[in-house]
Amino acid sequence: MLNAPGIDLKRISLLYAGQFVFEQLSLHLPAAKCSCLLGPSGVGKSSLLQLIAGILPLAPGDGEIAATDGKPLLGRVAYMAQTDLLMPWASVLDNVMLGEKLRYCRWRVSKENKERARYHLQQVGLLDRADDKPESLSQGMRQRVALARTLFEDKPIVLMDEPFSALDVVRKLELQALAVEVLQGRTVFWVTHDPLEALRVGQAIFVLTGQPARINYQVEPTENVPRDVRQSNIIALEAELIAALCQRTTGDLA
Amino acid sequence: MLKRSLISVISLILLWQILIWLYHLPPYILPSPWQVLLVWIRGWPILLQQSIPTLWETIASFILAAVVGSVTALTLAYFTWARSWLFPWVLVSQALPTFALAPLLVVWLGYGMSSKIVTALIMMFFPITSAFYDGLRRTKPEWLDLAKTMNAKKSATLWFICFPAALPNLASGLRVAAVLAPMGAVVGEWVGSSHGLGYLMLNANARMQIDWMFAALMAITVWTLLLYALVDTLLKKLITWH
Repeated sequence: MLNAPGIDLKRISLLYAGQFVFEQLSLHLPAAKCSCLLGPSGVGKSSLLQLIAGILPLAPGDGEIAATDGKPLLGRVAYMAQTDLLMPWASVLDNVMLGEKLRYCRWRVSKENKERARYHLQQVGLLDRADDKPESLSQGMRQRVALARTLFEDKPIVLMDEPFSALDVVRKLELQALAVEVLQGRTVFWVTHDPLEALRVGQAIFVLTGQPARINYQVEPTENVPRDVRQSNIIALEAELIAALCQRTTGDLA
Repeated sequence: MLKRSLISVISLILLWQILIWLYHLPPYILPSPWQVLLVWIRGWPILLQQSIPTLWETIASFILAAVVGSVTALTLAYFTWARSWLFPWVLVSQALPTFALAPLLVVWLGYGMSSKIVTALIMMFFPITSAFYDGLRRTKPEWLDLAKTMNAKKSATLWFICFPAALPNLASGLRVAAVLAPMGAVVGEWVGSSHGLGYLMLNANARMQIDWMFAALMAITVWTLLLYALVDTLLKKLITWH
């Protein structure tokens, strides 16, 4: 098993252009569960994700991000962005194995790793396109390849930055279900601006609003994921999430 | 495309002939298109013979410039210190007037091919280096972020992401260089040589054989266009992404 740890964000502060994006923000992401961070555009969701991923550096004194098992996060995180970030010159299979090449700086990938990459392509239903170039794929397929690349990294923690926001509703629903299935057992931190997406995949849902941003609402729906978003209790929860999203720091409803 | 190019070439030749008729220009000032064509018909073995060394110089200098330019750009992109130490010299290579430098190169490297190759190399070095380096610096930041989360080695990021991503930029540099290459070789020949199209022009100029000058000039133009077409076709086949 992966032994996915939880993540503790303790008193995180981030300054951008002289203003606090977060000030003393604390958040606990439960182990081996999918946590969704919901918030309006520009609130700092992606920044928070990039802090965890190590893309943005956390200045000393600006808080702490730690895994609950006490081991460092570095090297245990896989990241999936909003755009597929596939390399147009490389085949689908080579794109999936990108991490292996980047870590060891070599052209040839071992047979086991190649098999593993093929297995993940099969998981996302694109094994027959392994040798194609990304330009020949539809947007939904490209996002599937990006998911396979994330799986290939085989990390206990997976960070997803609005991964399916550019897709149409049907593709989105399909890929959400697929992601939930293949990411089981990992600690997933999924950033989205879509309340329904959060309700479909999130085992813990946090709403981030205001400036500096704070968690102003959180909920842990008990039903198994992926949830059917047509259920009445989910629709009721959606209304609550939307209300929380609209709430400003002053507490008014917009 | 071809049709339009043909029309513009024919119009230019017509304009040339009209100019001669209008101003009664003698052949030693401006030969007529027909006289130049006659030189081509009668003198093609000489033109071809003198083209061969020029073409060798062109191809050799082009390949050399592509290698030297690419290596310089990669060095600039990889080593932070190289930017402050090396980049001024890259700029100097472009700031130096090649025409003034060419005689020196002949003194240093002799009458042979090497002085011509180096002259052409200096002309092509900057467009190749700057285009490629620019591309290397403009790698999508999201790709670099992804590489960072994958614990990528710096050299691997350069090799597997920045390098292929910047190849379209290198291709633009090479296209510019393909046009400059024959010119560089001919400039080198003008300064001092014992063969080549530049040498032919130098001789024709001294003897007031302006029709031969024109014939040689056109040969250079044709070779330049052919080289460009070849390089462009090859690059389009090899680099399909943008």
